[in-house]
Amino acid sequence: MSQDILVIIEHLRGQVTDTSYVMLAGAHQLSQSSGGGVVAVLLGHNAQKLASNLSADKVLYVDHPALAEFTFDAYQITLENLIKQQSPRAVIFGHSSIGMDIASGLSARLEFPVVSSCRTFTSEGKFISQICGGKIMAEGDLPAPTALITMVPGGYKAESGQSSQPPSVEIIAAPALGDLRVSLKQYIEPDTSDVDITKEKMLVSVGRGIQNKDNIELANDLAAALGCAVSASRPVVDQGWIPTTRLVGKSGKHVKPKIYLALGISGAPEHVEGMGDSEYIVAVNTDINAPIFNIAKYGTTVDMFDLLPVLTEKVKQAK
Amino acid sequence: MEITLNPLSPSVNKTFYTSLFDLKDGERIRTCLQCGTCSGVCPFGYIMKFPPGKIVGALRAEIFEQVLKTDTVWMCVSCNACASFCPSNIPITAALMTRTKEEMLLAGNIPTELQAALENTQRYGNPMGESPRKRADWTLGLQPEVNVLAKTRQPVDVLWYVGDYASYHSRMQSATKALARILNALGINFGILGPEEFSDGDSQRLAGERGLFEMMAQKNGALFKKYKFNEIITTDPHAFNAMKNEYPAMGITYPVKHYTQFLAERLEQLKPMLKNEIKAKVAYHDPCYLGRVNGVFDEPRALITAIPGVELVEMSHQRINSLCCGGGGGGMWLDGFQWEKAHTRLSEWRIREAVASNAQILAVACPYEPPRFEDATKTIQAASQLKVREIAELLAESMDL
Amino acid sequence: MKIAVPVKFVPDLVEELTIDPGGTALDTTWLRLIISEFDDHAVEQAILVKEKNGGQVCVIMAEADGADDFLFTAAAKGADQLIKLTGDFSNVNNHALARAHAEVLKDLHPDLILTGVQAHNDLDGSIGPLLAEYLGMPYVGYVAGITIDGDKVIARKEYAGGLIAEIEVKLPAVLGIQAAEQPPRYVAYSKIRQVMSTAKIEEKPGSALSLEESIVVSRMFLPEVAERATMLEGSPDDVAAKLIAIFKEQGTL
Repeated sequence: MSQDILVIIEHLRGQVTDTSYVMLAGAHQLSQSSGGGVVAVLLGHNAQKLASNLSADKVLYVDHPALAEFTFDAYQITLENLIKQQSPRAVIFGHSSIGMDIASGLSARLEFPVVSSCRTFTSEGKFISQICGGKIMAEGDLPAPTALITMVPGGYKAESGQSSQPPSVEIIAAPALGDLRVSLKQYIEPDTSDVDITKEKMLVSVGRGIQNKDNIELANDLAAALGCAVSASRPVVDQGWIPTTRLVGKSGKHVKPKIYLALGISGAPEHVEGMGDSEYIVAVNTDINAPIFNIAKYGTTVDMFDLLPVLTEKVKQAK
Repeated sequence: MEITLNPLSPSVNKTFYTSLFDLKDGERIRTCLQCGTCSGVCPFGYIMKFPPGKIVGALRAEIFEQVLKTDTVWMCVSCNACASFCPSNIPITAALMTRTKEEMLLAGNIPTELQAALENTQRYGNPMGESPRKRADWTLGLQPEVNVLAKTRQPVDVLWYVGDYASYHSRMQSATKALARILNALGINFGILGPEEFSDGDSQRLAGERGLFEMMAQKNGALFKKYKFNEIITTDPHAFNAMKNEYPAMGITYPVKHYTQFLAERLEQLKPMLKNEIKAKVAYHDPCYLGRVNGVFDEPRALITAIPGVELVEMSHQRINSLCCGGGGGGMWLDGFQWEKAHTRLSEWRIREAVASNAQILAVACPYEPPRFEDATKTIQAASQLKVREIAELLAESMDL
Repeated sequence: MKIAVPVKFVPDLVEELTIDPGGTALDTTWLRLIISEFDDHAVEQAILVKEKNGGQVCVIMAEADGADDFLFTAAAKGADQLIKLTGDFSNVNNHALARAHAEVLKDLHPDLILTGVQAHNDLDGSIGPLLAEYLGMPYVGYVAGITIDGDKVIARKEYAGGLIAEIEVKLPAVLGIQAAEQPPRYVAYSKIRQVMSTAKIEEKPGSALSLEESIVVSRMFLPEVAERATMLEGSPDDVAAKLIAIFKEQGTL
């Protein structure tokens, strides 16, 4: 029974995810109150080099061909053994397509409670989770003796989870991993024939407030006048009004433009995850209570349908 | 719009056709002359693959399935022009267009925007998806406080059924407040249902959702039973139409008037209160469900001409001939869809007529209209100075309220 | 092929959420419940699989205000079997709810279980992976497309940046749905009403619920607004002019 904080590192096709670094940063804060160390857990195949910039007291590395890319059975079985062995104070998973697949199942299997959507820890070691579309925060003590946690980004900077000093790596033997029910057939690349919104200096982004496919014309006009691209939040892409390549958010692209103009976007966490690092966020939303105004630098409740034509005209004149 | 149809049985044509006979005067469809008047007078007839007359033709040729494969029936704004001019007096809007939309809905062929409005109505009692709790927020700050019957439970003379857009739409709220002030000035003992109020559902009915309409009606009917009042007045011609023409068949019968009728009855009392001059040419737009469908043409005009300084002018389409603003029959929630097909809006057409009549003010009497017409004035250059006002707003301005 | 879809209600975010006087939970006075969006997609995806491959869809929901309406709506969309878990679910956590569902699912022997990948009020994990564990099945989450291939399913799993992974899973399995292949379909109210008189909702008692794995919240609060946006006031014209100035200042114009 240790007071260490384990962090389950996520990687995809040879790249450690940003969430992993955020988790490490959070783990460092948590370890201050738990009194233990930060232990990064890396599963993979010939992937030891991925440990090199992790900010951790040590890395536990498990190598097996079946762990090369994330799949359910291989990762869950490996981690079940490892967590039992290590008996840590807490295990942090990403609140992501990797972490969420395995955290709850391990919680049930190991009978350790799991805390969802944790954003930050307090100095006393409490968790603060963000739920209900970002509208509610829930704070509480970390369950004892071992708590599993899924962590959302936004509370810590990824840089704080990176280190220029490679940590020490301890090799842990992989368990038997035959008879797996889940296997990866292939990855499908996102469509690259379209504009790469991650490279744009400015984005005109549309959300549910655009109301229908036709009104996107207005955003296109403004973007054309500004010489930038149009992006969108999930509901707009789900309706098929704009291609997935333009999706900004948790399951879309992460963008960091100089200016992110959010039109009719409420600011739900899944979207903010994809654009929260923008330098300046300008939000246009008729709902004064929209969470987007909490992260925007400038905002207005003027109706976007009134604003867009006027703004486009002025941009054209200014050029 | 992606059309995916469940395989239709061969007798769908016959079943549908005969089902129309069950509707009021539906049998008259057999006497269709195929004269084409309906398709000609239909504001979007020129765009529909199957305008009204052609749908009847399709039924007779037993190729109705083809009609259901197109989506053009969603261009119908239920303005009732077809029915009003049909020489055979076929109730085309109610008995054919609405029923066709019902079939489309049952088959799942519905533009997304409309889907959202219908689902919101079912969930929140209003098509905008606004919280029911906020339905009476427009009354905040009004003095004296508006009587919300659920709170006060007092008997009143008049139950004012406010309606969805009049309650929630930011543009309309100023007109709603104006009407409240007028009623107070006249000493009317009135109350509103407030957060308990459900959508009148009439436009949803005309968009093919009879079931949803009936659910809303039953809920409103249950509310009416709870309170004591002598008559109902509505802000909205659609609510007026529902309560006058559809509710009685469901066992919900109350005397109901549109607010213009109610105020026109009290014209002698109003006249001395109209102190301020409004020196302007005012064109009046006859709303489809007040004018053409329910024959109320004179009362709104009487109110407008009572205002000192006003010169009433008529547009080229007036009275029974009025041009729909495009909001009815689901049109309010099909803007993107209809724009994609027509690249013009009926409201813009009407605004051009208002400009041609040299009016400075376009007076309206339906909550769909101020937002629709004001949007149109922004896109039509010549109309940039044209003001759009609810009759209640004009009266209140003249009464200095 | 038998497809089971366990679903649940969550607080409707259309209403303003407030904290109850105790300070540790949501005020339920004005709380409305709505189907969890991802669960709605799960129902749609199940119907789509049935339409493509044949089979039966069974929707299961714990008793709550409005549960019957939702189940009937699912039937109107094409669900074949409706099950309502009876009991007091007012204060239940996901682990307990998953166990209650698992009891019923064990007897159903479904080939495929679809449920929303998460619900916005999840605090102790999500239903999908919990169900998988209690039923001894594999789980894949963030699924936005399904192809049935005999005794296997190919799930399209979404990752960040638009990356998709095609994952092969042996049936029976649990899939956490992120989005159905098409948005949840509309069903006419008259159809729902029709179904209310023909469809039956089977009631099954929810198993004894335990709250050992509850996450204890000591304080629930609305997020502090650290630096609220500087609001630009005025007419659209005024605001547009101010925006031009901002764009110029930042060198993007």
